[in-house]
Amino acid sequence: MIPSTKPPKHLKMRPPVAVAAERTEDLGPPKIEIRALNFYYGDVRSLHNITMSLADKSISAFIGPSGCGKSTLLRVLNRMYGLYPRQRAEGEVLIGGRDILGPNVDVAELRYRVGMVFQKPTPFPMSVFDNVAFGLRLGGGIRGAELKSRVESALRDAAIWDEVKDKLHADGRSLSGGQQQRLCIARAIAVKPEVLLLDEPTAALDPISTLRVEETLQALREKYCIVVVTHNLQQAARVSNVTGFMFMGELVEIGPSSRIFTSPQDRRTDDYITGRFG
Amino acid sequence: MNRRALRKAKNAAFLVLSLIATMTGLACLAAILWTLLSHGLAGMSWHLFTQMTPPPGGQGGLLNALYGSAVMTLLGILIGSPIGVLAGTYLAEYGRNSRLSTVIRFINDVLLSAPSIIIGLFVYEIVVVHMGHFSAIAGALALAILAIPVTLRTTEDMLNLVPVGMKDSSAALGAYPWRTTLSVLYPAARSGIVTGLLLAIARISGETAPLLFTALNNQFWSTHLNAPMANLPVVIFQFALSPYKDWQDLAWAGALIITVTILVLSISARVLLAMLQAGRGSGR
Repeated sequence: MIPSTKPPKHLKMRPPVAVAAERTEDLGPPKIEIRALNFYYGDVRSLHNITMSLADKSISAFIGPSGCGKSTLLRVLNRMYGLYPRQRAEGEVLIGGRDILGPNVDVAELRYRVGMVFQKPTPFPMSVFDNVAFGLRLGGGIRGAELKSRVESALRDAAIWDEVKDKLHADGRSLSGGQQQRLCIARAIAVKPEVLLLDEPTAALDPISTLRVEETLQALREKYCIVVVTHNLQQAARVSNVTGFMFMGELVEIGPSSRIFTSPQDRRTDDYITGRFG
Repeated sequence: MNRRALRKAKNAAFLVLSLIATMTGLACLAAILWTLLSHGLAGMSWHLFTQMTPPPGGQGGLLNALYGSAVMTLLGILIGSPIGVLAGTYLAEYGRNSRLSTVIRFINDVLLSAPSIIIGLFVYEIVVVHMGHFSAIAGALALAILAIPVTLRTTEDMLNLVPVGMKDSSAALGAYPWRTTLSVLYPAARSGIVTGLLLAIARISGETAPLLFTALNNQFWSTHLNAPMANLPVVIFQFALSPYKDWQDLAWAGALIITVTILVLSISARVLLAMLQAGRGSGR
């Protein structure tokens, strides 16, 4: 238990997380451009005509009730849906100016550029080091000292280096849940992706681990285009520059998080963030 | 009140019947083990492992039969298990929902419960008849065909137990399915697949019928795969039916050796599986 009056040292040292919402003005050019995106599970349309741009070096959060399509949207961005039968996307999605939905896209290469972290931590059955090195070894050409330094910097960026530097050869599955999730983040960023997707990355974690992961995301914002799907409204407000509200497969509203959470323009957004449904 | 008494009586009757059935099963098992032990232990000696099967009335052991069984079982597993493991991988990872998979699964289930004598007859017809003589390699082939369905089934089941998230995570890093299978799924399912191999070894090491038609038997020491080879099950079969006391003793000793070997394999398989599940539990 944490005494409420005196938080542990590692929690006090971090910068306040509220700064996120104020940095929306200086967002760079769009990294991801989505135009008229529709998505189908078999015959059922689950995304309706979505159009938007997401900036580089920022965190975009998507919120909305279960089944609203926010996870589906994420799975379009690295074409994860392609692993499952009878799912298809129509429309145009550009990442870094390159179309990703076309038939000639090398999906493995796309996924190398677009990293993803899942709701449940999924450490591979191998050592901590090998987990992080997994993606680097796929690409080939990176080994020896360079591999070591890339693994170390990924673990540092994911804010887990200090906790695992003495057990790099322990099985990844022996870490705690929160550590496993940060290990998965390290594994995803080790290959230096252009975009990092996170699908409810803290839903399976306790509050302390959640805080560590959020701090990790804050630190990563400087380098990546990050897209987070979350059920946790406070989390979206805390970490993201831009928030999009989705409802029944539609993108109802998207804008600077500070505005979405204080003066939403759509009635449905207002109802959702004030807890009237969902 | 009356009804209640009746229901109680029914319950008691059911319990007693279940107990009797359990005791019958256990008693049979105990009787088998006891018979094996009492007859087999008497014949146990170092000669078993150092001398060849003797002519009637002579002194000897089971060395050539033990060697033959080991060689043919090993060869059978070496030939059969890669086919079983790869086919199981196809069913679990590549063709999960395809019509071909449904057909393969059905045929595999048939093969799993096919009488082994039919497998022996099949190999006799396509190998032994064409070669013109019995041979160890034909025996190994028959055993391989028996090992395929066991390893196929366990491999598919064990791969299906690997959390989907793990597979998706590997794909999300840009790994092609073959890389995911080799580097992530096989290690994650390793103890399960090894369990399948152990069970397959246990299954084929005691088979008699397929070897009768294929490897037959050999009185003498032979390492030629192209010639008939001695093996424990067929030796037991012949010696146990013979009128000679020393042959019968050797048969009992051989039966005990096979039983203990299979027991050890089955127990190791169970321990491995338990370790797998414990690892899953603590891994969360």
